[in-house]
Amino acid sequence: MSWLETFRAGVEAVRAHRLRSALTMLGIVIGISSVILTVGLGQGAQNQVKDQISALGSNLLIVSPGSSTDSSGLRGGFGSASTLTLQDAAAIGDDSVVPDAAAVAPTTSGSVSLTAGETNWTTSVAGTTTSWLGVRARELSSGRFFTDAEVEQTANVVVLGPDTASELFSFGSPVGQTVIVDGTELTVIGVLASTGSSSSGSSEDDVAVMPIGTAKLVTGASGSSVSTIYVEAASAETLGAAYQEVQALLLNLHGVAESDADFSIATQDSLVETANSTNRTLTVLLGGIAAISLLVGGIGVMNIMLVSVTERVREIGLRKALGATPRVIRRQFLVEASVLGLAGGVLGVGLGVLGAQVLPGLIDQPVAVSVVATLGAIGTALALGIGFGVYPASRAARLTPIDALRSE
Amino acid sequence: MSTIELDGVRKTYRSGSIEFEALCGIDIRIGSGEYVAVLGPSGSGKSTLMNVLGCLDVPTEGTYLLAGEDVSVMSEAQLAEVRNRRIGFVFQQFNLLAMLPAWRNVELPLVYAGLGRAERRERAHAALARVGLADRTENRPGELSGGQQQRVAVARALVTEPAIILADEPTGNLDSSSTADVLDLLDELHGAGRTIVLITHEHDVAARAGRRLVISDGRITSDERREVVR
Repeated sequence: MSWLETFRAGVEAVRAHRLRSALTMLGIVIGISSVILTVGLGQGAQNQVKDQISALGSNLLIVSPGSSTDSSGLRGGFGSASTLTLQDAAAIGDDSVVPDAAAVAPTTSGSVSLTAGETNWTTSVAGTTTSWLGVRARELSSGRFFTDAEVEQTANVVVLGPDTASELFSFGSPVGQTVIVDGTELTVIGVLASTGSSSSGSSEDDVAVMPIGTAKLVTGASGSSVSTIYVEAASAETLGAAYQEVQALLLNLHGVAESDADFSIATQDSLVETANSTNRTLTVLLGGIAAISLLVGGIGVMNIMLVSVTERVREIGLRKALGATPRVIRRQFLVEASVLGLAGGVLGVGLGVLGAQVLPGLIDQPVAVSVVATLGAIGTALALGIGFGVYPASRAARLTPIDALRSE
Repeated sequence: MSTIELDGVRKTYRSGSIEFEALCGIDIRIGSGEYVAVLGPSGSGKSTLMNVLGCLDVPTEGTYLLAGEDVSVMSEAQLAEVRNRRIGFVFQQFNLLAMLPAWRNVELPLVYAGLGRAERRERAHAALARVGLADRTENRPGELSGGQQQRVAVARALVTEPAIILADEPTGNLDSSSTADVLDLLDELHGAGRTIVLITHEHDVAARAGRRLVISDGRITSDERREVVR
């Protein structure tokens, strides 16, 4: 009996017991589709984070204030101190000290409430210098960015993110209009282009960018501390060198040893890595649960195949009497189990892919269906069918024809 | 040369410490084209003899030559092949597969013989025509009467052109008119030169055969040939 013949008979047997086959496959269908969805969710979240982080700019070093150690040796938490200053930024910008830094953008951040006419909108503010636009790889959709002179003069100008602009000015161009922040009138001189990285909750498109002095004024901050210094390396190759140079410079300026560093430098890669490691843990956890449900589905297949063997003892006896060898019988039951597994796998993939289309609309989370995971899932389902079919199949093959024929 | 040669065949069943001898030394020779009825009450060893003759079971002792091949020393897989090529079974319970139409039931032995689809289909239809069911090839067993189902089973037994047709109480589940139908069919096949071994406990069924073997307590107690008046 050829394999094709056996396969055809297997499909026939599965179809002959429609309800039972469907119920058996259900376990595998649910298992496979949940594996695809959980892996897809994890993948989707990772892609999203990656997009967001690469939208920050390219070849970027992000210098943040770290913890500081006070005179009594007590170490504060991360970000507890405003240890970075405009002077640090100026020093990094000095080509003779940090030759591999192409541009530096010291940035203060805060939250302000903007008023335009009757409309109120609370957003995050970024006070920075002219290099911010290039360092963060942003573009303007209309108007212009502020100039060095405006930074010098702490001019009352602001560049709005696209979301902020549309919230405040529903009609007409915002450029040239006035927004009031904490009693100070600011002229809108430009609107940023959208980063387009993701639809969900990205603050990159909801921001008010202004000269650093202006930002300090409206947020009520004082002194020369900054919350972040963005440093752009000349190229990807010099990113490592720039990292070393900035670190050495700041340690020297702050007069601390590396172990007591009161700042931290992150690269995009390290940010992606950190974000992914959290995601990965979650994906592994959920994937583990899905894998368990797959295992349960596989045991379901074995259960039904055993029932099937018991129920069809007479059929097995007859087939043997008519010339089926134990091998052919074993093969028949194995093929039946694999057909169940495979059909369950294909249906599960269908359901998973369908879920991946529907789910993002419901939970506002992207789901990326990977081809590898899909093929893997089908392969797993097939392996489950074969694996859990072996025992029932060998039981069927061992039946002696007389005993089998005589059973009622 | 005989189609069937049994020499000193014994079959012993063991259940725990109790030994039970179902066949105690059977010698039979059945020639090609004979129509033999095996008669005996239940518990006489009739079924065991049928299992041995049908290569469903191997004798504990003695030799069994079927069409010149010694089947008493064969492995399970080899026995399956011998059953497939040499023996056509007709059972009391018909043993048709309910999910398959008549012709698919008939082609089953050919599937295991490894024949191609087209040839199987052709031979299955021919066999069904032979038993007078040419217009019932697509019907499932459930849609056929008992007599028709048994005729499908006979067609299945015929389809491989076996050396012997082994019928185990083929009329046990049939009413009298279907019984006559099936027995007429067997007569006809015998007329066409088939070797038939019929196992029964009914004397009027056995009366159709040209040779009657009576088995009792695992031994052949009578072996008579006579002319059959049709």
